[in-house]
Amino acid sequence: MNNRYSRQELFLPIGKDGQERISNKHVLIIGAGALGSGCAEALVRAGIGQLTIVDRDYVEWSNLQRQQLYSEDDAKNRIPKAIAAKNRLLAINSSVVIEAIIADASVVELEDWVKKVDLIIDATDNFETRMILNDVSQKYSVPWIYGACVGSYGISYTIIPEKTPCLSCLVETVPLGGLTCDTAGIISPAVNMVVSYQISEALKILVGDLDSLRNKLVSFDLWKNQYSAIQVDKLKKEDCPSCGNERTYPYLSFENQTKTVVLCGRDSVQIRPSLPTIRDLEALEKVFAKQEGTVLRNPFLISYNVEPHRLVVFKDGRVLVHGTKDISEAKALYHRYLG
Amino acid sequence: MKVLLNGEWIQLPEHIINVSDVLKHYDIHQRHVVVEINGEILTKLEHQNTRLADKDRIEIVHFVGGG
Ligand SMILES: [Zn+2]
Repeated sequence: MNNRYSRQELFLPIGKDGQERISNKHVLIIGAGALGSGCAEALVRAGIGQLTIVDRDYVEWSNLQRQQLYSEDDAKNRIPKAIAAKNRLLAINSSVVIEAIIADASVVELEDWVKKVDLIIDATDNFETRMILNDVSQKYSVPWIYGACVGSYGISYTIIPEKTPCLSCLVETVPLGGLTCDTAGIISPAVNMVVSYQISEALKILVGDLDSLRNKLVSFDLWKNQYSAIQVDKLKKEDCPSCGNERTYPYLSFENQTKTVVLCGRDSVQIRPSLPTIRDLEALEKVFAKQEGTVLRNPFLISYNVEPHRLVVFKDGRVLVHGTKDISEAKALYHRYLG
Repeated sequence: MKVLLNGEWIQLPEHIINVSDVLKHYDIHQRHVVVEINGEILTKLEHQNTRLADKDRIEIVHFVGGG
């Protein structure tokens, strides 16, 4: 037995008992981008028992400035983030059970994953997924920690079912537009700050010290030197469709799920088939090879470059169309090359 | 008037009367925000008709999606 957790055990609010509890917990992280990388590394170093990390994307050069788990090799080989993350995390702490899932976190998947976990950490880059996550958290009574950042700004809130307002109470409808990493960029200190807020709250939940939770909506701007923390209990709505008295969990219904989504921070559109599919990548490679353009295949995806666009096809049937933000143009390309 | 906005003293222009004017001034009126005045949180409906006064303490948090 080494003493790798000794400093954390010396910290009184955790102690040996808290460490024992942490080592028996299972956390789900949705997204393995900047926040997901930071949160996953922190939890794995802290000795979490089991971690499930989900991401739909692969590593690119523009990720390396802030996504701390990834290296140049990952970007060169377009390794899916979930896989690259798992490899690095196991190198950091081999005793943690890590499950890497390359997929889009939508209703069916989330309802399946949530049953096995004690806590969900939000590291997604969009509100559609967060609203689904919010409904799933309420339905299965599993807490989740909202975190987001753009530019030098960040925000976080901890949602405890039956106790705090939920995300629907706070925003009512899915926030659309606004700044993204695409338009406003992002600096790593903003990421790390949000990660710190999320992981501090996560550790409190995992050791069972709920009285120490922040209980406020926190936001900051590291460039403008601003900080704000607001007590939002008053915003909890009796008639909230997600956490109120007569719940309908609106974001779990099929009609509210989009099949196409413009990705944050990227000139890209994702298209997912309406029914679960498994793509035969090898066969697809042969099809692409006969066309003009260049093809790259690894065990997880195919990347087909036909200027000025690039189509990346994943095994689970999803396709990323790069080089456009226009959904109809993306769909046209999808149908042209993939039927 | 002078107000304490997210911990910083700010001189607001003359034309700003209520909370929704401030949101417009900072170009966040179309975003999802939570506003607190002197420790009191406002519902969305109250943004329109809540007048500001000199030395008010205002906290504004806006939601973002990146991560
Ligand atoms: Zn609610």
